[in-house]
Parts: sequence; structure tokens; C-alpha cells
Amino acid sequence: MNAHVPDPVPVTVKTTCPYCGVGCGVLATPDGQGGAAIAGDPSHPANFGRLCSKGSALGETLSLDGRLLHPSVDGARASWDAALSTVADGFARIAAKHGPEAIAFYLSGQLLTEDYYVANKLAKGFIGTPNVDTNSRLCMSSAVAAHKRAFGSDTVPGCYEDLDEADVIVLVGSNTAWCHPILFRRMVDARTRRGTKLVVVDPRRTQTGEEADLFLGLEPGTDTALFSGLFVHLAETGAIDRRFVTEHTADFEAALERARTIAPDVPATARATGLAIADVAAFFALFAATPRVVTAFSQGVNQSAQGTDKGNAIINCHLATGRIGKPGCGPFSLTGQPNAMGGREVGGLANMLAAHMGFSAPDVDRVRRFWDAPAIVTGEGRKAVALFEGIRAGTVKALWVIGTNPLVSMPQADTIRESMGQLDLYVVSEAVDDSDTVRARGRTTVLLPALAWGEKDGTVTNSERRISRQRGFLPAPGEARADWAVMADVGRRLGFGAAFRFDGPAAVFREHAALSGFENAGSRDFDLTGVGAITDAAYADAAPLQWPLRDSGDGQARLFADGRFFTPDRRARFVAVEAPALASAPSPDFPFVLNTGRVRDHWHTMTRTGKSQRLSAHRAVPFVEIHPDDAAAAGLANGDLARVATFHGSAVLEVMVTAGVRPGSLFAPFHWSDATASDARVGALVRGVPDPVSGQPELKATPAAVAPVAYRHRGFLLARAPIRPPAGWWWARATVQGGSGLQFATQDSSREVALAMRGLFQGLDVADYADHGRGRYRCAVYDEGRLVACLALAPSAERPDWEAEKAYFAAPALEPSARRALLSGRAETASAGPTVCACHGVGLDVIAAAIAAGAGSVEAVGAACRAGTNCGSCIPEIRKMLPPALARDAA
Amino acid sequence: MRERLVVIGNGMASLRFLERLTEAAPGLYDVTVVGAEPVAAYNRVLLSSLLGGEVDEGACAFRGLDWYESHGIRLITGAPVTQIDRENAMVIVGEAHVLPFDKLVLAVGSLPIRLPKPGMDLPGVLTFRDLADVAAIRRAAVAGAKAIVIGGGLLGLEAAVGLARLGVDTTLLHVMDRLMERQLDHAAADLVKRAMESRGIRVLLEADTATIEGEGRVERLVLSDGTVLPADLVVMSVGVRPNAGLARDAGIEVGRGIKVDDRMTSSDPRIFALGECAEHRGLVYGLVEPAYEQAEALSRHLIGEEAAYAGTALSTSLKVSGLPVFSAGQIEAPDGAETVVMSDPGLGLYRKLVIADDRLIGAVFVGDISEQGWCKSLIRSGERIADRRDDLMFGRAAPQAQSLAA
Repeated sequence: MNAHVPDPVPVTVKTTCPYCGVGCGVLATPDGQGGAAIAGDPSHPANFGRLCSKGSALGETLSLDGRLLHPSVDGARASWDAALSTVADGFARIAAKHGPEAIAFYLSGQLLTEDYYVANKLAKGFIGTPNVDTNSRLCMSSAVAAHKRAFGSDTVPGCYEDLDEADVIVLVGSNTAWCHPILFRRMVDARTRRGTKLVVVDPRRTQTGEEADLFLGLEPGTDTALFSGLFVHLAETGAIDRRFVTEHTADFEAALERARTIAPDVPATARATGLAIADVAAFFALFAATPRVVTAFSQGVNQSAQGTDKGNAIINCHLATGRIGKPGCGPFSLTGQPNAMGGREVGGLANMLAAHMGFSAPDVDRVRRFWDAPAIVTGEGRKAVALFEGIRAGTVKALWVIGTNPLVSMPQADTIRESMGQLDLYVVSEAVDDSDTVRARGRTTVLLPALAWGEKDGTVTNSERRISRQRGFLPAPGEARADWAVMADVGRRLGFGAAFRFDGPAAVFREHAALSGFENAGSRDFDLTGVGAITDAAYADAAPLQWPLRDSGDGQARLFADGRFFTPDRRARFVAVEAPALASAPSPDFPFVLNTGRVRDHWHTMTRTGKSQRLSAHRAVPFVEIHPDDAAAAGLANGDLARVATFHGSAVLEVMVTAGVRPGSLFAPFHWSDATASDARVGALVRGVPDPVSGQPELKATPAAVAPVAYRHRGFLLARAPIRPPAGWWWARATVQGGSGLQFATQDSSREVALAMRGLFQGLDVADYADHGRGRYRCAVYDEGRLVACLALAPSAERPDWEAEKAYFAAPALEPSARRALLSGRAETASAGPTVCACHGVGLDVIAAAIAAGAGSVEAVGAACRAGTNCGSCIPEIRKMLPPALARDAA
Repeated sequence: MRERLVVIGNGMASLRFLERLTEAAPGLYDVTVVGAEPVAAYNRVLLSSLLGGEVDEGACAFRGLDWYESHGIRLITGAPVTQIDRENAMVIVGEAHVLPFDKLVLAVGSLPIRLPKPGMDLPGVLTFRDLADVAAIRRAAVAGAKAIVIGGGLLGLEAAVGLARLGVDTTLLHVMDRLMERQLDHAAADLVKRAMESRGIRVLLEADTATIEGEGRVERLVLSDGTVLPADLVVMSVGVRPNAGLARDAGIEVGRGIKVDDRMTSSDPRIFALGECAEHRGLVYGLVEPAYEQAEALSRHLIGEEAAYAGTALSTSLKVSGLPVFSAGQIEAPDGAETVVMSDPGLGLYRKLVIADDRLIGAVFVGDISEQGWCKSLIRSGERIADRRDDLMFGRAAPQAQSLAA
């Protein structure tokens, strides 16, 4: 196995988890072998020592297997100098010919703030293109837009302690139990400690819904109706904080009037949402009666063509009751990614400029002066969907993708993938050497090796505005470099050397902090003045900090308790939201609504979690959830394969029948790609109508059809290294302990599969079991006694289970009974022992048992188990097994 | 006066017959047994273990002389019968004995075949059939000796294993392309070969002996391809033929063996045959199991019970050098038939079922012969086995397997 170069002095390093937006503190202790022991950081205020399954398994993701370690140009290894010259020269040529707006950056919520800052500065300040967007567009840009509409700034008002101190927590469109597990633990702890009630609003009854005190399984896309109804209810039951509304907000009446047209009362709300009247009434009463209520929301709200309105419908209810900025209450956007917040802070999205400043003339002027950037852009660029449409349309000629896999995760991903060939210059900064995005090619393609978690060094900001250090504890592998340094290098090559003279991430951070405080004076929420002069040493040791950090350097846990917002008049805004309607309604051809999302143990496109056998065990194949009634009507049973098709694409997924999805709905996780499965690019199915305000595409409601796909055989293959399956097989790959596993389906006969296995493992010892008449084949391949591969194949309906085989595969050595079990597919049973009596096939253990049960002579043994009663050649052996005294008597 | 029953031969078939007869009807006959070998019936199956020194001669013994005496059986050993005088109903042992009979049982076994090749009569060329052979081989198998066993059937394998265990440099020659070709398919035979080789035995297949040479004693063996193999000892184990000469001379109907009907009765209604010398429905068996079944049938017949021997399904269950082997029925799938095979050569494991029209028609097992009894009964009965294939292949749950093992 590949591993980092050993580090001579292992010390425990405090860092931050690279997965979700909770931003848990991690203690990493390198083992000197390229790996590290991982533990939660007890002192980190996000998690106090806890880690979820993904965070706990970080140690399994550190190997250098599958890492991109060297730059390349058009598939040929290249020096950094040559590769970056190709990038800089290409940018210069394209900018000269087509204008700088023909250059686009597609960034990632996985980037560190320092990487993000340099990317944003390079693109918007110096290359002069506003076309900088990020996968955060797919994640929480609707929350950003809702914040800005309501507060005048992209501000998360509360903090995690509010979850500890709330009496009611409403989770909207959030499978918190799986996607933000450590926050969910805090919520469950609060329930235990103070009786906090959990209300879960979700069309799908997820694990979070299972834990709810009140589950509201509404129809897809009707959240706005629910919260409009709540708004009206609050107004009509005297729950409005009149003074707060009067003194600190605007547009209350218009918003309320609109809410009344959407959901005037409880029954109307129930009708609009498909909920029971009693459940709606119970929710409204609970909300109205509980001052300390947090409404936490994530992708179910954001990834919607009406996501911004959904967010504002929620915020309206909190503004109306004045429940914001105070302990235990407030609207709370749970961000998906580890540094979506940091990206927002630097302005790394197409509709932001920098440091929570937009494109107003004063903002543009201020940033221009700060950066000394005469070519600075003056208006918004293309948001993700439009950016990729620009490539297809030929207006965007160069794309630099950094730290993300858009050819899997974007809606209509197949169309986008096809359009990459039109790019004059396609640059990918990546840590992994195989992903759908890495596989794509432009006319010129440059791959740049990036540092991964554990190697890179900088800061990230979590959902509660807390900036934590992500510290490196492993050496940079191969030729991999920090993204910020690579981009600064390109900036210098383009002739902007003075603006990119950073000697380390601390220098980038200082400039970023200084910009946040530049001519701020309390006018902007985002302000890091307090750490604007942080020394390299202080940066190195920095403890987690919560912004705003004005002069004193003390963080601020909550905002808006004083009723002062960042609108020009410092009043918050109620927003009159649109009535809910799905952007694309189901049709006779596509009668289902396809929802997409995550599983518990995988992250994004599995480039990191896919390396962990623990994390790959929970859900090993791409699947689609379907309601039992719909499954029966479609002729689908649990475990079958089904083609899920939309107007835009299709995938073949394993069927999981569950009453957790509503009738008429489907749910499929988006994690799998061509690198991990044959036919499971769920992103390709998604229509992705963008929200008109945020530009965030709808990922959770695409009309879809589902139909069975019949394969002759199903099976699995475990091997020490990933094996490329034959063409025509359906397959999904998962890391297993000691190797790589494939679940597959095929039309091939068992004979063909047997032949293929013999071909794959020539020269090794193949043990097998073949019942071709019944389409069954199993084999185990040994290399000097060590199991190196095993396969099981059976008719589709049987779907061989691989749990036992995975255990054998992980074992250092196999007993004969285990080798037999590998072939039989049956659990190891108490063996009869080595055969003693050949005539009757009686084993040693059976004879021993007969003797133990009282058979005291050869004849008695024979009477008990027939051993020795035919040819008698085993009688001496049987005699030896008798206790000495008895043996003598018998003789 | 009791009828006089004379039994010629005191091998395993003879003893089983005597046991069953005297258990069921003690004293019914006045029994005399006359055997050519100097000792009473012993376990011939253990000869290879005896050769290898795993067991001593005592362990091969079945019944002491006192048993014969207490069961009223007159036992004459070391007495080769020279003639059956049917006219006078007498068995003649040279000049020593004349034994009148009312009923006569021939259990005279078989004789080892010697290949008709030059040098076959040289001192040091031995057969492997009885205690005397074992003693002769052991005398020749001195330290540093080179031994060649000709014949890759069961007995040849066992002789080779015994020799190897004595520390003798042993080579096994077999003229066919696989060992035990009548019982085993190629895969199974290959496992057996591996097992032999793991014992240090060199196995040469398609090895056709041309001559055996030596000055007054065997010194080398030459194959038809010209290969010369030095040898101090050659054990010939190329098969046996029924010992039917005595019966033929007496005018009893003889084919390959002494022809008998389902009551083991020869062409002379007073005279019966069983074991390897008998030919029943055209078949001559060379294994102990059919001999025991015949002994069972004949003993019941002779005490007046309804009994018939219908033949034994062709099957083999044995251990080759500790490796259990089972074979029954058709070992290769004929056209239209299918096979189910489990094979783990590294484990010395091979199991094959041959199935035609959902009926078991054959089985070959090496390394694990569980369910062999069930296989035999299914081959015999021709029952459908659709839902039992896995159990036949992998074994039924343990307790059931034991109680139902046929």
C-alpha cells in the first residue's frame, strides 16, 4: 500500500474534520507510517470530543492509494513549471481573444478559506472575470439569499449552544441524524436534559424523522405553505412580538397578507401540505407557545427552485416572534460543507465580490482600492448552472475546477460532461487520480495535484461562524502543493506578482481579515479586525474563534438580539413569498418525484469516504427508495434492480422498499459516479431548475419513472485491488477490509463468469464451486494459501450476501472450514472432523462425540455412528481414540 | 445328523459369512473351514498399514482361534485345496485332508496378475496380496532401497504409500493418464496424485513397462519409451483375477469368476460362491462391501430365510494415504447430463455430482466424502434431487447427516 513518507516525531495535532459544516475538532496523532490515530477534540466547542462515523474513520482515508501526485498536461506528466505555464499562457490567450469573462473558476466548499481567498482575488480582482462559483451553490446559496433578503447580510444569527438551550427544535429538510450527526447528538442530549421537543419536517421519514416527537411528512416542495400557515397562525393567536416587529422590521403586513393567500388557516395548511390537520395544529400550537424555538434547515429547503422563499418563510416566523439572536432560539441554516461559510466570507461565489461585500459601486470601489486591482469586476458572474451552460454555449472557454467533482454532482451532469470537450483549457486541481471530473478532457487539459486533508494548512468556518484551523500533520506527497500557492503562482505568471506575495497561509489570512475590517466600522457583519494582525505564530496556535471579531478580538456568539440588522435602515425585512409549486410536475411518462440526498457514511462523491472499508459497509450499492405500494405496482421487490429515468438521464439502482418515502416519491443518494459504479450517476437525472433568487438548482424534485431491469445473475467479487468489471455488467465498487469489493449483476452465464475468473487469476490457485445448471458459481483464489479474491454468482433473485466472505477476506489466514464456506456460501458449521471411516464417511469429531457419549468399544462406536463396521481398516484408529482402559478391554 | 458345510477360503468374505451364519443359527451346520494361508482370516484392507508399519500383525486379526472353536467351527489353515470331487461330494487337500460336504461354499478370493513382460520372474519382483507378500516386501525394503510399484489402482497406491512410509525411495508407475481411472475423473485423480506426491512418491503416468532387468535379481525397470529406472524392488499391482481354477477343474460353470445366481448358488445347487471369486450377473467385484453383502445373503439363504443378492451399486469408498475418496456410478457426465463440482485443490477437496434428468447418476468425492451413503442410495433409487443438490454437495445439517447416513 502506498503511504506517506514516515514522520520521525509523531505529535498530536489539533485540526478540524473535513466533512460537514458542523466543523468538529479532531485530534490527529500521526503513526509515523503515513497514517494517524483520530479522536475527537474534547476542547473544541462544536463537538466536545465527539466524532461521527465519518470523522472517526478519517484514519482509513489517509493512504496515498489513488492520489494524484504529479502535474500533467493532456495526460502526459509535466513539471509544475510547464503545467502552470500552460495554465497562465492559456488564460492570457483566451482573455486576449475572448475577454476575461471567458475564463471561469469552479471552486469548492472543501477548500480552505485561504485557498478560496486567493482564487477569488485572482479571478475577480486581476484576471477580471466574475465567473467564479462553487459547489456551495448546490448546497446553501438559498440560505445565503434568504439571509441577505431578511437581514441585509449573510448572517447565521445563532450558535450551537442555542440547540442545547432550545425547548423546541424544528428540523426542516434536514436528515440531521445522518448528515450532521454531532449536532443531532446535542439535540438528543437537550431532549434528555430539558425535554426539548424535536419536530421534523421532511417528505421522507429519515432516521431523523424516526427520532422526532412530531414528524410532519409533507408533500415535496410545500414547506412554504407550512410556514406561511404558521406565520398566519402566529399572527392570529397573539404570538407576534409587536414591539420587535414595529421597531426592528419592515414589510410585515405585505408578507402576512401573502401568507394568508397561501395558507390562511390550519385546514388550508393541511390541504396544501398533505398533512393531517391535527399534526399541523399540534405543530402550530407548539411553536406559538414556545419562546425558545430553533428552526434548523438544510438541503431540503435550500436545494429547491423555491429555496430562498422557503428560507424566508421560516425566517418570517422568527422575526414575527422576535425569536432571533437570543439563547435557544432563531432560524439556523445547517451548512453542508466544511467551509461553505469560509467561501461565503471571502466572496467566492458569482454573486458576491469579497468579504460580505457585493457589487454596489461603493463596495466595488472599496475592494478595488484595497486590492489595488484596476481590472476588478463590477458585476455578478455566472452561477453554477449558468456557468456550465456557458461552457456548452461556447462563451466560457477556460475552466479551472478546484477540489470538487461537478461532473458527478451537478444537475444534468451527463450534458455537462459532454460539454467539457468544448473547453479550450480545462484545469483540474485534485487530490485523487480518478474521478469523473478528472477523466474528462478539454482541448487542453491540465491536472494539478492538490494537498488533501491532513496535509493542507489553513482555516475553515463552520455553521455557527466559528473559524477553526485545519492543520497539516502529514508531509506533502509527491509533488502536491497547496491550492492557494498554486493560484498565487499563476497570478505571478500573469504579471500580478505584487498582489500575490504570500509567504504562507497566515499571510493570506491576515489580508483576508484586513479586508473584512477595511472601512467596515460596524457596517458589515463579517469583520475579523480583531485578528487582522495575527502573527504567524499566533495563527499557528489559534484556537477556534467566532466572528464577528471586531477590535477586541472577542467573538460574538449571537447577532441581532439588539434588533439592528445590516440593511440600509438597519431593519430586518419580512419577505412576501411565492405559493409553493414544483418547478417540474410529474407527468404520465415521469409519474414520480425523484428526491436526492446522502447516506450516513458517505460524503459527496466518495473520493475520501470511499477509501474507508468501515464507511463503505453501511451502504455498498447505489439504491433507490420506493414506497411499498409503488414498488408493488411497478413489479419491484426489495433488492431488485430498477432503472430510474428522467428526461435528462437514467441510472440503474438497487431497490429499497420503504414506507419512509411517500407514495409517488423516490429517493436516491447522489454519491456514486462512473469511478464507483457502472450506472449510478444520479446527478445526471436531476433537472436542476435554479431558484430565481439564489440560483441554487432544484435537486430534490425531478419527475422520474422507475422500471425493473432484469439481469440473469447477481453476485459479488472481492479482490485485493480494484478489478475492472467486464463490459455490460452492472456494478458498484466498495472498499472492504483488505481490498476492494464489487457487487454486480450480469447477463453472462455462470460458465462465462467462471471462465472470466480463470482468465483474471491465471497462475493462482482457483478453488471453485460450479452448478451451471442452476446458474450458480462461487470461487476463491489463493496465492500461496492467502485468499486474494473470491466471487459468488447466483440467479438474480438470490443476490448472494457478502458479509461472511468479507470477514474471511479480512482474516489473515483461513481454516479449512472457512475455505469450504467460501465455496458453499453456507455458514461454517461444526465440522465432522477429518474422515476416519472412509466407508461410511464418519469423521474424527463424530467418533469422539460417540465415545464421549458412552461408546466404550470399537463395536459400540460402530453401533453409534457406523464407523468401522464395513472394511474395518479404521478400527485401529478408533481403538486409539478410546480411553486407554477401555481400549485394552476392547482389544 | 447335521449337514456338513465346508467353506474353502478363510478371507474377509468367508469370516463375515461364518459370523452371520453362526449368529443366526448356531450349530445348524457342522462347519469346516479350510484356508490356504497359514493364519485365520485377517483384515486384508490393513495390509498397506501393516506394510508401512502403522499397525502390527495383531491389529489385522479379526477372530482368535478360540472364536472358531467356541462357535463349533473346525478351522484348517495352511491347507490349499487341490480338488473338488463333486461326484463324491468331497474336498481334497493334497494328501492331507479329505472333507466330505453336503454343502460347499467357495470363498477363495482372487489371484494377483503378473504382467507378461520379460524379467517378471526375477527375484525382487513381488505382488501385494497377502501377509506373506507384505513380509517379503518389508524384507526387500531396506534403507536406501529403490522401489517401483507398477499399477495406479487402489492397491498399487496403498503399496506405494506403505513403501514410502518405510522410508524407501518409491516410484509409482501407471499406464493410464490418471490414477484410479475407473473410479476417478481427472480432477479427482489429480488430487490423489498430489496426495501421493506429498508423501514423497514419484508418480509417472502413461508409463508402460517394457522389461525388468537384472543379474539374478531385479536391478532396473525399462519403460517402453526407453526410460531406465533403477530398482531394487518391484511391486506388481496391476489387478487381480478371480481364483476360479478349482471350480473350473471341478466342472462348475465359470465365466470370469464362478457363476452364481442371486442366492450365490453355482451351477451345482450344493455349491455356492462369494466374494472376489464369484461372478454375479456378469460382474466380479473386487471390494469388501459387495463381499459382505453376498455373505449376508448367503448366510440367510443357508439357514432357510428368504434372501437374494441383487448386486452392489458400483461404488468405492476408501482412504488413499489418509485421503478419503468416494466414487459411485458414472464418473463422467454423458451427453445431456450435467455436473455440479466443488473443487479446492489446495485443500485436497473435490466433490462432483453427475446428474441426468434431475436424477443422481454418479458422484466422485475426494477429501470429504460426507453424504456418500446418501449418494449411493439416490443413485440406486433414481429419486429426483432438485431441492437436494446443495445438501448433497455441502452436506446436510450435522445431526441429520449422521442419523440418515445410509
